[in-house]
Amino acid sequence: MNTPAVQLEPAGSRWARGGVHPALVCLEVRRLVRNRRTLLFTMVVPAMFYLIFGLNSSYAANRDGSGNVSASVLISMALYGAVLATTSGGAMVSIERAAGWSRQLRITPLRPAAYVAIKMASSMVLGAASVAIVYVVAAGTGKPSMPAWVWVVTAVLVWAGSLLFAAFGLFVGYLLPSENVMQVIGFVLMLFSFGGGLFIPLSQFAPALRTLARFTPLYGLNELVHDPLTRSPFSWTWVANLVVWLAVFTAGAVWRFRRDTARV
Amino acid sequence: MARFVDRAARARVRGAVTSSTPVPGGCPPAVELRDVHKHFGQVAAVAGVSLDVQPGEVVAYLGPNGAGKTTTIDMILGLARPSSGTVAVFGLDPTVAVRRGLVSALMQGGGLLKDLTVAETLQYTSHLFPSTRPVAEVMQRAGIVAIADRRVGRCSGGEQQRLRFAMALLPDPKLLLLDEPTQGMDVEARRGFWAAIRQDASAGRTIVFATHYLEEADAYADRIVLLRKGRIVADGTAAEVKAMAAGRTVRATLPGADRAELTRLLGTDVEVRGDTIIVHTPNADDVARKLLNETAAFDLEITARGLEDAFVALTAEPTDLPLADVTYGGGAQ
Repeated sequence: MNTPAVQLEPAGSRWARGGVHPALVCLEVRRLVRNRRTLLFTMVVPAMFYLIFGLNSSYAANRDGSGNVSASVLISMALYGAVLATTSGGAMVSIERAAGWSRQLRITPLRPAAYVAIKMASSMVLGAASVAIVYVVAAGTGKPSMPAWVWVVTAVLVWAGSLLFAAFGLFVGYLLPSENVMQVIGFVLMLFSFGGGLFIPLSQFAPALRTLARFTPLYGLNELVHDPLTRSPFSWTWVANLVVWLAVFTAGAVWRFRRDTARV
Repeated sequence: MARFVDRAARARVRGAVTSSTPVPGGCPPAVELRDVHKHFGQVAAVAGVSLDVQPGEVVAYLGPNGAGKTTTIDMILGLARPSSGTVAVFGLDPTVAVRRGLVSALMQGGGLLKDLTVAETLQYTSHLFPSTRPVAEVMQRAGIVAIADRRVGRCSGGEQQRLRFAMALLPDPKLLLLDEPTQGMDVEARRGFWAAIRQDASAGRTIVFATHYLEEADAYADRIVLLRKGRIVADGTAAEVKAMAAGRTVRATLPGADRAELTRLLGTDVEVRGDTIIVHTPNADDVARKLLNETAAFDLEITARGLEDAFVALTAEPTDLPLADVTYGGGAQ
């Protein structure tokens, strides 16, 4: 194709290359916050679960590593909330594809990869809020006990680890139609959470089930984020689990994303 | 009809100039399609379209549903890739032109987020471009200042369409594509919408709009490109197309008419209803002469057709024979 040198050069600007403008992330977060259903499940339910499971006097004060069981439940519920938040944020692409918004974006300079980055960033903001709420509510009860640095480190680990599920959300969002994507996510994450031992310790599972659970996507992440508290011997199987699932979700998201943005 | 051939010849000359030697200091065509084909499986949505749109032109891309209007627009926007042929926008690859904010579009339906407000949608869009007109300005021009804080999901169809128009204005594009822009609008909204477009066009923007409303093309376009089954069947000013399209209907009685034979004789498709034969043709006199001289037809009657009829005739299915010259004249080679 002939491309004569014409006076049609782009105007210069800091965000001229179709990149991520911070205002876009703000607007995306605003959209997430406007969805009452998302807010309820990511901000209220995890804190509520902590209050239900984390304060039970029959075990809450029992020792667990450098803290108590209540602290362990806190970390589990924060992780549950964070992965719900990031998955929901990623899965919003499903609704946007159905609304023709993705198509609209394709006739703007925004690069497809930048769009994914915006989705991830806004999901992580929601995830951070979810983690913060669970930690603040739990701290307010005065029941969890762990060294100060463990409070900080586990919160950061939970938040950072939930990025894995932003990839999962994108994958699911590109894969499923919008009508039932949120219901599917709620159900699947519930299964993953049981498999990862977030709700019931894996030690209480039947041996066969326990083996199976080790292959589910929240297992490695859950063990890793609890490690600063429990001080159980580090296992490379956790890392292997995390890396494999990260690869699966990312590859899945990239595959569907390429398909979605391909010029036909 | 000669005018169309002339016009096509001019277009070909223009095309030759722009595609081989860029005019020094001049601007390449806003849109340049060269023998563009687009197939979806076995179906040819666009079957050999060549078209130049010069900067500043307001062109109506007219045709019935399924004529290939949206497919062509998708290719100009870089959303679809032609199966063969080339598409250039201001001499650039369409995706490059989009990235530089040279072209924007008002697409058919969708493309909005229900959970943002009107103003937020425009802010969002404005941050996607290197530089844009102020959000307040485009809201003013699209007439949506009053609903700036309304959620998009609560806006009427006409309001959403005006929001899409405002979004399309944001990058201050040199080329604006409108795909069925007034579909689903009432008369009032449609008039208001076109008033805004017209005002915008007077500022020198190139506008290509797809429509199947003949009267819209007539009233608002400098030039009409008529599409049928993926081919350009006419290309000219509204007056030229109307003159061409405003053929006549010849009706006569001919017992035992053989349709195939008549079609061969008259060089145009013939409708046979019992003893009555009906011919839609731009050459009513020739058809009448042949019918009276060479067949046993009687009770012959010639009637002028309305504009709407003419449009249907130009874009209807079995008209490959009479329009052959026009097809080539339109530059669809």
